[in-house]
Amino acid sequence: MLRRVSGGKMSNYRIEGATGTWEVVIGLEVHAQVTSNAKLFSGASTQFGAEPNSQVSLVDAAMPGMLPVPNRECIRQAVRTGMAIEAQINAWSRFDRKNYFYADLPQGYQISQLYHPLVGKGSLTIEADEKAGIPEDKVIGIERIHVEQDAGKLMHDQHPTMSYVDLNRTGVALMEIVSDPDMTSPAEAGAYIRKLRAILRYVGSCDGNMEEGSMRADVNVSVRKVGDTELGTRTETKNVNSVRFVMQAIEHEVQRQIDVLEDGGTIVQETRLFDPNTGTTRSMRSKEDAHDYRYFPDPDLLPLELEQEFLDECRASLPELPDAKRARYTGELGLTDYNARELTAEVETFARFETLLAETAKALGKPEAKVATPVANWSLSVAPGVIKALGDEGDMANATPERQAAILKMQDAGEISGGQAKEIFEIVLKTGREPDEIADTEGLKQVSDTGAIEEAIEKIMAANEDKVAEYRGGKDKLFGFFVGQTMKAMQGKANPAVVNQILKDKLG
Amino acid sequence: MKLTLGAANAAFMSVTREQVAKIASLARIKVDEGDLDHFVPEFNAILGFVEQLGEVDTSSVEPMTAVIPQKLRLRDDVIDADPLTGGGKQAEVLANAPVAEHGFFGVPKVIE
Repeated sequence: MLRRVSGGKMSNYRIEGATGTWEVVIGLEVHAQVTSNAKLFSGASTQFGAEPNSQVSLVDAAMPGMLPVPNRECIRQAVRTGMAIEAQINAWSRFDRKNYFYADLPQGYQISQLYHPLVGKGSLTIEADEKAGIPEDKVIGIERIHVEQDAGKLMHDQHPTMSYVDLNRTGVALMEIVSDPDMTSPAEAGAYIRKLRAILRYVGSCDGNMEEGSMRADVNVSVRKVGDTELGTRTETKNVNSVRFVMQAIEHEVQRQIDVLEDGGTIVQETRLFDPNTGTTRSMRSKEDAHDYRYFPDPDLLPLELEQEFLDECRASLPELPDAKRARYTGELGLTDYNARELTAEVETFARFETLLAETAKALGKPEAKVATPVANWSLSVAPGVIKALGDEGDMANATPERQAAILKMQDAGEISGGQAKEIFEIVLKTGREPDEIADTEGLKQVSDTGAIEEAIEKIMAANEDKVAEYRGGKDKLFGFFVGQTMKAMQGKANPAVVNQILKDKLG
Repeated sequence: MKLTLGAANAAFMSVTREQVAKIASLARIKVDEGDLDHFVPEFNAILGFVEQLGEVDTSSVEPMTAVIPQKLRLRDDVIDADPLTGGGKQAEVLANAPVAEHGFFGVPKVIE
């Protein structure tokens, strides 16, 4: 593969060595498990965590005479993913055999796509993040996405002299998403994986669960002196399964390569393993021969030809994607950049927000844009704060959108204060009672009744004639004193806006 | 079948004794030292034959992927729709394994 360096502003990630300043070139190959019920070429289930070898068909076990038949849904999800990164979709693609022997691969080859991948060139954008050293938005090229089979799982710690093999994962569909070597710092690599994960989860083509291995990355790293135009020799660190580990693996590998080069050594192009316990990488010597995969077109499978109708359906079924959603939140809904970014980061977060937004707009009879900011603040900070403080005492099932919208409605009407909204929500979480009923029964309503507030203010003014005189004499700061006294007299239940207005009128 | 075609072209691309040994090892096929010499000219004859095919101008011919016109069929995403190609066959899958314990295949320890 030809490696190129993108134009544009580079990140400021530089390493000062003994012999000069170094920069880093990073490319990532992400393996993402396709969300499907059945495997790529057989009808066996993909469910995680089943009895060992209970989800293995005779196709997956490579029994003689069995033939692979591709799962339409796996192809569809890979195509939709390609469309989401604005990639070229190849209506004609083909499967190849990648030959190697290992105990987790009964066929003796992996069915993959080398020469004619399903998805060609695309790209995604990582957002500027000053703190992380990403000065501006940056486009990261994606070379290709191809579809292939996953291998089985080996367990080495169950028996003193044997490894155990579970083939349940064998034949599950993977998308291999190959980036261009466009990243120049660990932070950019981290941002790329997070963005890719968000897109996959929006599209619904991969659950993005890195702990269960649904997404794992092979990390290609090389270093060179600032100003050099030739790329250095790269190493590939396999199967790194979290954003943090990817960044650690890069940091370690960069330092190791610089140390080797500055000691007069050379970097060997090799496969390495990441050790999460130490944050270091080490050579995987047994794979030295493995690069000779002797690929050839799989004679069991005809070329994959996709009809226009199929492609049209794939495109029509795409949801609003992260960049578009963020732009709509800041534009149409008038949210801050921060709120828009936070709300669109995870599928669950925006789903909850959008449901509550619709419900609140309906309850208030106002357009969504008019209520978006309070709903965003509620969703991002108020509600999570209450939920976190309550811990196990609260039941999220009680926090229906209708009940939360009812609280926001009372707050919007000035019937309850922000503090009372929290108290009511706490009771909702604990008991599942209705907010309106809670506000009435528990006395959690602020008084907007001008008569009662006026009465309280008149009493306070009478009891503090000296201060009234001082205020009228120009000591403006005393206004706060009167607000405080009034709120105290009203036991904190007076509507602050109403209190302010009446005080201003009366103090003159 | 004895391949003799294209022997004259064998010079264009040929394999060494070491390459034959490596291909055998990658394919996990045991080839005795003494047999290697015998395989080198056989490999070269095959390569020569394939190179001879390259002499035909096919620039205006569509690549053929199947002798009868047919398209790749796709399956629906349904678990165990056809019992022949579905899961739930632990016993059958493990039946031929030299060692099977607790539902796993047992293999000599392979560890990185």
